[in-house]
Amino acid sequence: MSGAPALSVSGLSRSFGGLTAVRNVALDVQPGERRALIGPNGAGKTTLFNIIAGEIPPSEGRVTLFGRDVTRLAPHRRTALGLARTFQVNTLFPSLTVLENLLLAVHGVERTRLHLHRPLAAYGDLCDRARSVLDRVGLSGGEERTVRTLSHGEQRQLEVGMALASSPRLLLLDEPMAGLSRAEAQRFTSLLQELDPAMSLLMIEHDMDVVFGVAERITVLHHGQVVADGTRDEVRRSPLVAEIYLGTG
Amino acid sequence: MADRSDTAAGSGVRSEPWARRLRAGAIVAGVALLAAPPVLPGYALTLLTQILIYAIFAMSLDLLLGYTGLASLGHAAYFGLGAYAVGILSTGHQASFWTCLGAALLLATAVAAVFGLVAIRALGVYFLMITLALGMVVWGLAFRWVSLTMGDNGIAGIARPSLVPGLSLSDPLRFYYLALAAFVLSFAILLRLVRSPFGLSLRGIRETERRMRALGYDVWLHKYLAFVLSGAFAGLAGALWAYYDGFVSPVEVHLVTSVETLLMVAVGGPGTLVGPVVGAAVLVLSKNLLSLYTKRWLLVLGLVYIGVIVLAPKGIVGALRGERR
Amino acid sequence: MEFWLTQTVNGISFGAMLFLLASGLSLIFGVMRIVNLSHGSYFLLGGYVGLTTAARTGSFALALLAGAAAVAVLGLAMERLFLRSLRGQSLAQVLMTMGFALVFQDLSLLVWGGDPHAIPVPPFLGRSLRAGPAFVPAYRLFIVGVAIAVGLALWLFLERTRLGARIRATVDDGEMAEGVGVNVPLVSAGVFALGAFLAALGGVVGGPFIGVYPGLDFEVLPYAFVVVIVGGLGSLPGVVVGSLAVGLLDNFGKALFPELSYFTLFAPMALILALRPTGLFGRR
Repeated sequence: MSGAPALSVSGLSRSFGGLTAVRNVALDVQPGERRALIGPNGAGKTTLFNIIAGEIPPSEGRVTLFGRDVTRLAPHRRTALGLARTFQVNTLFPSLTVLENLLLAVHGVERTRLHLHRPLAAYGDLCDRARSVLDRVGLSGGEERTVRTLSHGEQRQLEVGMALASSPRLLLLDEPMAGLSRAEAQRFTSLLQELDPAMSLLMIEHDMDVVFGVAERITVLHHGQVVADGTRDEVRRSPLVAEIYLGTG
Repeated sequence: MADRSDTAAGSGVRSEPWARRLRAGAIVAGVALLAAPPVLPGYALTLLTQILIYAIFAMSLDLLLGYTGLASLGHAAYFGLGAYAVGILSTGHQASFWTCLGAALLLATAVAAVFGLVAIRALGVYFLMITLALGMVVWGLAFRWVSLTMGDNGIAGIARPSLVPGLSLSDPLRFYYLALAAFVLSFAILLRLVRSPFGLSLRGIRETERRMRALGYDVWLHKYLAFVLSGAFAGLAGALWAYYDGFVSPVEVHLVTSVETLLMVAVGGPGTLVGPVVGAAVLVLSKNLLSLYTKRWLLVLGLVYIGVIVLAPKGIVGALRGERR
Repeated sequence: MEFWLTQTVNGISFGAMLFLLASGLSLIFGVMRIVNLSHGSYFLLGGYVGLTTAARTGSFALALLAGAAAVAVLGLAMERLFLRSLRGQSLAQVLMTMGFALVFQDLSLLVWGGDPHAIPVPPFLGRSLRAGPAFVPAYRLFIVGVAIAVGLALWLFLERTRLGARIRATVDDGEMAEGVGVNVPLVSAGVFALGAFLAALGGVVGGPFIGVYPGLDFEVLPYAFVVVIVGGLGSLPGVVVGSLAVGLLDNFGKALFPELSYFTLFAPMALILALRPTGLFGRR
């Protein structure tokens, strides 16, 4: 069990109508590995994430998480196994406060999510955990603010904080830096570099500084297919990648 | 406004000055509701009793509409089931108060548990349609199953209950205190519920279902539990109503009643517990007073619906936060 | 044998009337996603206007025209003045249309009183036709004929005209339709008027058959909803199948299990919903 990869997908395909978004993709992420998933827009990266997270079923193929076949498992059950994800577009709870957002994230992987007789404040340790995430993503002091009053950058920070709050074993980040300023992106890169080394990370990102700064291995997706897979140096040197991605990107 | 009360009822993580004011207001209202009735004229007591019962009904609906973001068009079904359970058992079988109450709660909860299986799968406007249809199933039975329900004539002559042998509630004042006790108990339970992790999860579902799933919540299960709980409280309100009115008819189960309850919640402010209580008071008072002064009160009530949407659309918008088509 | 024949004819003719009522509701829902609770009022008001017109002029044809046209204008006004601004707010729309339903209910009580009326059957349709052992009133066949004619006209309109194509595009995906240049607000207004027109036509056609009386509005509304829920919202073939099924189920239910008659109608509907939440012909 301990030898099993955190994530393993094989033979994965998904088509919508006549369009094939993901074609025969195989991909492994080992425990503790940092991997980036890159490719031009429309390459099928987010579709792949949605299949891994269980939001859409694959047309063909298999997904395993931590050695367990989850191909037919509902999204929330995958989260319970230790998966967490962020969304390309901020997917928060706009009229709740920052702390309430994080409390939802913390309770989501605990049995307490179904408790209906005690007030939230009675769960002191879970509140502390939510507040500690607040500090890590640089939102301390803003816990009582309503999420819709946050700036885009702050919402982006919370977006990642929500995923970290459940202390996942595998984290999927979908363009975490989208819309961030240079300075914000740099701060965020160091946050990602300081994450628990035992945690596995799979990240879609267009910002190459971030990709090369965080990921050890890179998978390149093009037209729904894996066209390159290797260490960052291998991928950096690959002429194919330069041609289809870096060249056109 | 809605946001503030949201966080008030929701997190309970802190105590702000306005939260203390809210508490102070609740205490004042509580004392008034306890102390004033003995000196109130009979008609006022009647109205107050009606308001308390409808407040329970409206709060139960708000658990779905305001907190979970599910607009049910068939909520009168559970109210009616509670009322009919009391009507049938207390007139046909001379069952005691506690038997009737237990049966009403059981019936409303059980039917909500079955209907929930069908309804919770539907999203947005389809949820409206499906709850409307399920409400019609119950209405159809009330209307046509004459041997059990007396059909359109309704069940008359439901006597006010005795809590224990010898303690009769036929006196309006005593019955009022029963309604008050039921209201306070319901309010307290629902308040605890909406402030719990489960209550927060309902608001999360109202806002963004997709993220809730990603956070590990079984969204279906949470919605389903809210649906069943909501049905149970509606059943309680219905049982009280049957005893209060002494009469049950298909009107109690009708679509018009369901929509009227939606209006109560919308008027008062969805997503709060005080809102539905205010809405129930406004509607019960205006309906009763209007029918005293004009024969055209139905027309006026219709205009109230239209006016609320035209003049105070924000109240409605609040309820629809997070709702997608 | 006679029982079955009579009930089948009754069921089909009731279904034909339901088709007129529900096709409008389904179209309105398909285009605007509005749960229109005043749709039963259109049916009732159509019947009342038809009743008055028939009494004044003695012409059933004029009654049909006047009832349907007057209510179409009413529907158009409602849509343009009140419902347009509530696009996408389903709860506000529900409450608004309920408000109008109550207003119409009370106004018609004021104008036409509380007594039940019936629109007189035109003389040439007053006969009964012999069909084997049973007699079938000619008027029932007339209702079926009207429904078939309207259904065909609707089908031709939706499938064969450019405006119909635009309506279908809006039903499929309003935003997409808007993107390719369909004037969605205009289509919505037209469809709303058309839906009100059809419901009112049903009210006049039903006038000699089920009568015109206070409370009819909320009596027929559930039927209309059952039809569109069973058939699928926004689908014309769905309305055809739904109306026939509901008409027959309702008649046989009432005749065979009078106490459970609504249950025999609503229970299959709930079952269909459980298996196919968008109805038999509906799409997401």
